[in-house]
Amino acid sequence: MTALGWAIADGWTITRRALTHWRMQPGLMLFAWFFPVLMLLIFGSLLGGAMETPEGSSYYELLVPGIFALTMLFGLEGTMTAVTQDKDKGVTDRFRSLPMSSAAVVLGRCMADMLDTIVALAVLTGAGLALGWRWHDGLPSALAAFGLLLLLRFALLWVGIFIGLSVKNAQSITAVQVLVWPVGFLSSAFVATSTMPAWLGTIAQWNPLSAAATASRTLFGNPDPSTTATWIGSHSVLMAIIAPLVLTAIFLPLSAYRYRTLSH
Amino acid sequence: MYGTVYGSTLNERWEVTKQQVIEAANVRKNYRGGTEGAGLNGFDLEVTAGTVTGLLGPNGAGKTTAVRILSTLLKLDSGTASVAGYDVSRQGAEVRRRIGLVGQYAAIDEVLTGRQNLVMFGRLNHLGHTKSVRRADELLERFSLTAAAGQSVGKYSGGMRRRLDLAASLIVAPTVLFVDEPTTGLDPAGRLEVWTAIRQLVDNGTTVLLTTQYLEEADQLANRISMLKDGKVVAEGTPDALKAQLGSDWLDLVLVDPAEVTQVLGLAEPITNGEIKVEGNRVSIPVKDRTRALTIMANSLHEARIEPEDITLRRPTLDEVFLHLTGASA
Repeated sequence: MTALGWAIADGWTITRRALTHWRMQPGLMLFAWFFPVLMLLIFGSLLGGAMETPEGSSYYELLVPGIFALTMLFGLEGTMTAVTQDKDKGVTDRFRSLPMSSAAVVLGRCMADMLDTIVALAVLTGAGLALGWRWHDGLPSALAAFGLLLLLRFALLWVGIFIGLSVKNAQSITAVQVLVWPVGFLSSAFVATSTMPAWLGTIAQWNPLSAAATASRTLFGNPDPSTTATWIGSHSVLMAIIAPLVLTAIFLPLSAYRYRTLSH
Repeated sequence: MYGTVYGSTLNERWEVTKQQVIEAANVRKNYRGGTEGAGLNGFDLEVTAGTVTGLLGPNGAGKTTAVRILSTLLKLDSGTASVAGYDVSRQGAEVRRRIGLVGQYAAIDEVLTGRQNLVMFGRLNHLGHTKSVRRADELLERFSLTAAAGQSVGKYSGGMRRRLDLAASLIVAPTVLFVDEPTTGLDPAGRLEVWTAIRQLVDNGTTVLLTTQYLEEADQLANRISMLKDGKVVAEGTPDALKAQLGSDWLDLVLVDPAEVTQVLGLAEPITNGEIKVEGNRVSIPVKDRTRALTIMANSLHEARIEPEDITLRRPTLDEVFLHLTGASA
């Protein structure tokens, strides 16, 4: 078999390991997949009544794509935790001492986490539809929106691998888990950035999460006032493509470097 | 199994001798931070095929660093090291194909079952699915884990995890197995389980490089011992030879009355060739000629009407050799 062939075969073995985890810990997985639905209900039902929405549309129209984007961000924690645990327990060292393809470890992680995200998105989509959220511009456009969301998840995967390999131990993950929240809130996930004070709105607009949220709203045909307010808002789809690519361009090589030079 | 090996002058040389499976000369490694691990400071090692070599040293002596360099997980700064005839710096992939590594932590997936772990590592060793399953079952049997094979590793005891870890490193019979502190953190029962498992490996012809900070462990398992201090080997040889380096046997006396100690010290004067140690009512006398010393002491005690509780001759323990050589204070 060729090097690429082995990388894929070994990567698939690692992916299967993650899939076996799903089977061995169904409760944990269900919780992870339904957590975004919980957030959707909390923010939609609890706070949604107080939200001013354009032309009297349901807050879910704005919120569902926002929670989609947020779910991509929260996926970061899963990647980080898995990577750090493997590093701490010596599993990564064992992989590195095997005659297997060195790209396979990351490739396997990547496939497993993307599959995990797709399931989470499917569950969340079902919940959104049940709550009255719809896409309005046809299926191809909706699929494009999902594609952009997955692109963001792909980029964050490398951020997660890099942080996971860089932190000292599993405890350090907690700090990052806390930091994920302000990043999530300082975006257009819950409210249009045009409703924020100008300076804050500007910061939030540049958050890659905002680009994904606003761009998917655009493609789903869901209203987002910030799309007409600023240049970034009106170019959200472009931003939602560029931002993940930039993140990947930075963190993929960094992760590869960290992996090669791991000295536990 | 070495038939597929071509090229490389280093390897050709190894094919001829086939003796030294591990050769390290003047290996140096400095950690920039200094806190991450102990460095190596001109580390030398030779390991003969089919032996267990113990790398013995206190925490921070550089044992793990040496193992990580030899197993290609870490790059050396200078010096040379080869495993199975392949240079660890330039031919890492070839080295990895011939080694097994058992690290300080049981490097197994805790969620998966014992069998799932072994099958996964089999596949990653490119055995294919059917062979991986067969090999997993063989190894589970060999390490007495068949009954627990279907259980999640999270439920295993420390000794079981270690045995599974050993099994995982033997999926493709390695030329050299690195075992880094295999019993650290295990209870006595677990330690015995692991010792038995390691002895089995050796019976099967695997060359083992074992690191440990327990002298007893090195004494029990290793044919040869290299004592490491500050990243350098300070003594090397068989456990017996190392003990002989201290030069003396010990005559131990346990007295009924501590007041007799002074008297006994006087009696010991003609037979000792070193510094006598006194600990409460126990007197340890270094002696050169074992039988003569014992006879003289027995006679003197009899004449002085001292009836000791116990009188024994013993070889020095590795602890004593170790403390002597590393200059650490007891």
